Formats: sequence, structure tokens, C-alpha cells
Amino acid sequence: MKPARKQRLILIGLMVVGVSIATGFALKSFNDNLMYFFSTTDVVEGKAPKDSLFRLGGMVIKGSVERPNDGLMVRFKLTDFSKDVTVEYTGILPDLFREGQGIVANGKLNPQGVFIAEEVLAKHDENYMPPEVKASLKNQSETGKGQ
Amino acid sequence: MFLIPDIVVRFYHRMASPPHYYAFTKQIMPWLVVIFVLLTGAGLYGGLYLAPADYQQGDSYRIIYIHVPSAWMSLFIYMVMAITGAIGLVWRIKLAEVISISSAPIGASFTFIALVTGSLWGKPMWGTWWVWDARLTSELILLFLYLGVIGLYGAIDDKKIASKSVAILAIVGVVNIPIIHYSVEWWNTLHQGPTVTKMDKPSIHVSMLIPLLLMALSFKFYYLIALIQRSRVELLNRERNSQWVKTMLSEQQQ
Repeated sequence: MKPARKQRLILIGLMVVGVSIATGFALKSFNDNLMYFFSTTDVVEGKAPKDSLFRLGGMVIKGSVERPNDGLMVRFKLTDFSKDVTVEYTGILPDLFREGQGIVANGKLNPQGVFIAEEVLAKHDENYMPPEVKASLKNQSETGKGQ
Repeated sequence: MFLIPDIVVRFYHRMASPPHYYAFTKQIMPWLVVIFVLLTGAGLYGGLYLAPADYQQGDSYRIIYIHVPSAWMSLFIYMVMAITGAIGLVWRIKLAEVISISSAPIGASFTFIALVTGSLWGKPMWGTWWVWDARLTSELILLFLYLGVIGLYGAIDDKKIASKSVAILAIVGVVNIPIIHYSVEWWNTLHQGPTVTKMDKPSIHVSMLIPLLLMALSFKFYYLIALIQRSRVELLNRERNSQWVKTMLSEQQQ
């Protein structure tokens, strides 16, 4: 390789490395801001903001969804499989909102530690399968439990 | 260059010569179109008709047959643009510069399609058109990078200088590519994690996966076709004063 070309190649390599390092540091320092939501453990441990809006993500606990006043108000529990937070929401839920489904809610904590959501978004998982496969998977796991 | 076989080197040198590239791409074009049409037909038939509905999303999930290949292409084309840009910078190969800049509008279109289809899917499934999570935001930055490349190239009249500036911009932007890919793993995002490209087996049923891979391949061929068309025009425009273009034109006029 001719020296001039080699020099240009090294220069480009250095440029890529330099930009990557700079971006790496920037992302590391902004890490918390890049998180789209807080987990339920963060909320229970008091890491989430007290008086301002924030987003809370977690899985809806099976059997926890209830409508106390026969209205649009829904109450359910979110979990990240270690700590739970109770959420209250008044409004229309998205299609994918189900028990056992991951969701992200935007709102704030009330003094009792209940999360009052203003907006609820369903978080889809990365699994795609036909309904029959889902049904047979469910059967397998149920028979597995029975044994 | 003793590591690379002689045939490969010779092919590379021949392809780098503009008149040869111009003639060769004209020859292979019909074949590319035939393969593209077959792949797209098979992929769409498999994806929209043969593949079963999803257990949770029903038929809405079928947007992945456009959304996911477009998103993959937006990353892939950016890498092609940056690497050919770097080759153009280091070895001063005219054709590499042409390939690099011809890729930009195609990549921008795929990025735009990925963003729009994702948004259309997000409204019924997530309950929102748009959120500022890491995946969506970094993909939007990718669109701006493409638009920056296109704008910068158009703003400089001397195409030699324009190619160099654009290549540097493209190489700097490469840092965004791993961020887009890993954003769903590094941070909490509303966007779901990877389905196909993760290390263990894909979490998509095989009857849905095959059409998706066919569509991904068909998009690759579309890119090749669009790239060749654009690069031929760009090449003619840049080489308009060279001998081979004049000879070719005078032959055609006779």
C-alpha cells in the first residue's frame, strides 16, 4: 500500500475510534435520561421523582385488573418480578393491554404510593406465533405442571 | 495484496473502471429485475396470505413484512454508503464515490418507510404514534444523517470535494448504527427487542419467518436495482467530458 493511502486509512480509522469514544462517554453520562421508563423496583426504592410526571414500565400481574366503580377507572398492579406498584388509570386502554402483558404508563405517584396514570401504552414483546402454537404451548406447560 | 486471489483483484479492477461498470450493469439488469419480482411475489404471497395470524396482534402484525426489512435496509445501506465513501477517500476510486452518494436517497427512503410503518403499527398496538424512546429516536437521527448527506452533496458544486465531505459525514455517522441496533438492549424502550437477529433461535414461528426472510432478500435486490440505475446516471453526469461517454453517444446517434 502506498504511504499516502495508508496515512489516509489510518486517519479514517482514528476518526471512527475518536467519534465512538466521544459518543460512548456522552451516552454513558446521559444513561439515565435515555431510559424510557422507570421499573417498579425503582419506584418502591424511591428512585423515581416524587412530584413530577414520569413513566413506569412493568408487567400487569395476572388477576390484578379490577374496575372498582363500574366506570372507566381501572386499577391494576405492575411488577418487574421483584417489587409491585399499584396503578390507577381512567380512560381507554390500548389493544394489547392484557394481564401478563408488559405496559408503560405515564403519570405521577400520589401520597399513598399509588401511581396515577394519565396515559397507558402497551409494550409488545418480540414473540410472533400463530394462535394454535400458543394454545399448544399453553397445554404443554399446563400438563407439565400437573405431573 | 498477496492474500487476495488474482481473479478477485482483476475483477475488482475491471469493475472499478467506469465504462466497464456501465456496460456490465446494463447486462445484468434484466436478471436482477426478474429475481426481484419473483422474490417479492413469493414474499408477499407468503406473508399476506399463507402466514397465519399472530396470537396477540391478529393480522396487524403483517406490517413486519415491510417494516422490518426496511429497517434492516436502512442500516445496511448506511454501512454500504460509509464503507464505499471511505474507499473513495483512501483509494480515490471514482466509482466508489458514485456508489456512496447514489445509496443515500435509497437509504433515506427505507428509513422513512420504516418510521412511517412503525408509527402506523404503533397507534393501535402501543396506543401512540410516536414516543421518544432510544430506538425510535436513533432511527430518526439516521434519517437526518441521510438527509444531511444528500443536502451536503447537493450544496457543493465541485463533485470531487462534495464526495470527500459527504464521505467524512457518513463515516462520522457510522457511530449511530450500533446504537440503533443495540438500543433495545442497552436501555428500557417501548420498542420490543430483536426477534430474528438474536443469538439463540428466533422468537418467531417458522411459517412467519420464511416470508420475512424472502422480503428481506427482495428488498436487497430492490436496493441493487435502484442503486445501479442511480449510479449509472450519476456516472454519466460526472464523466460527461470523458472519451468513453463521447464514443458511446456518437455510436448511439449513428
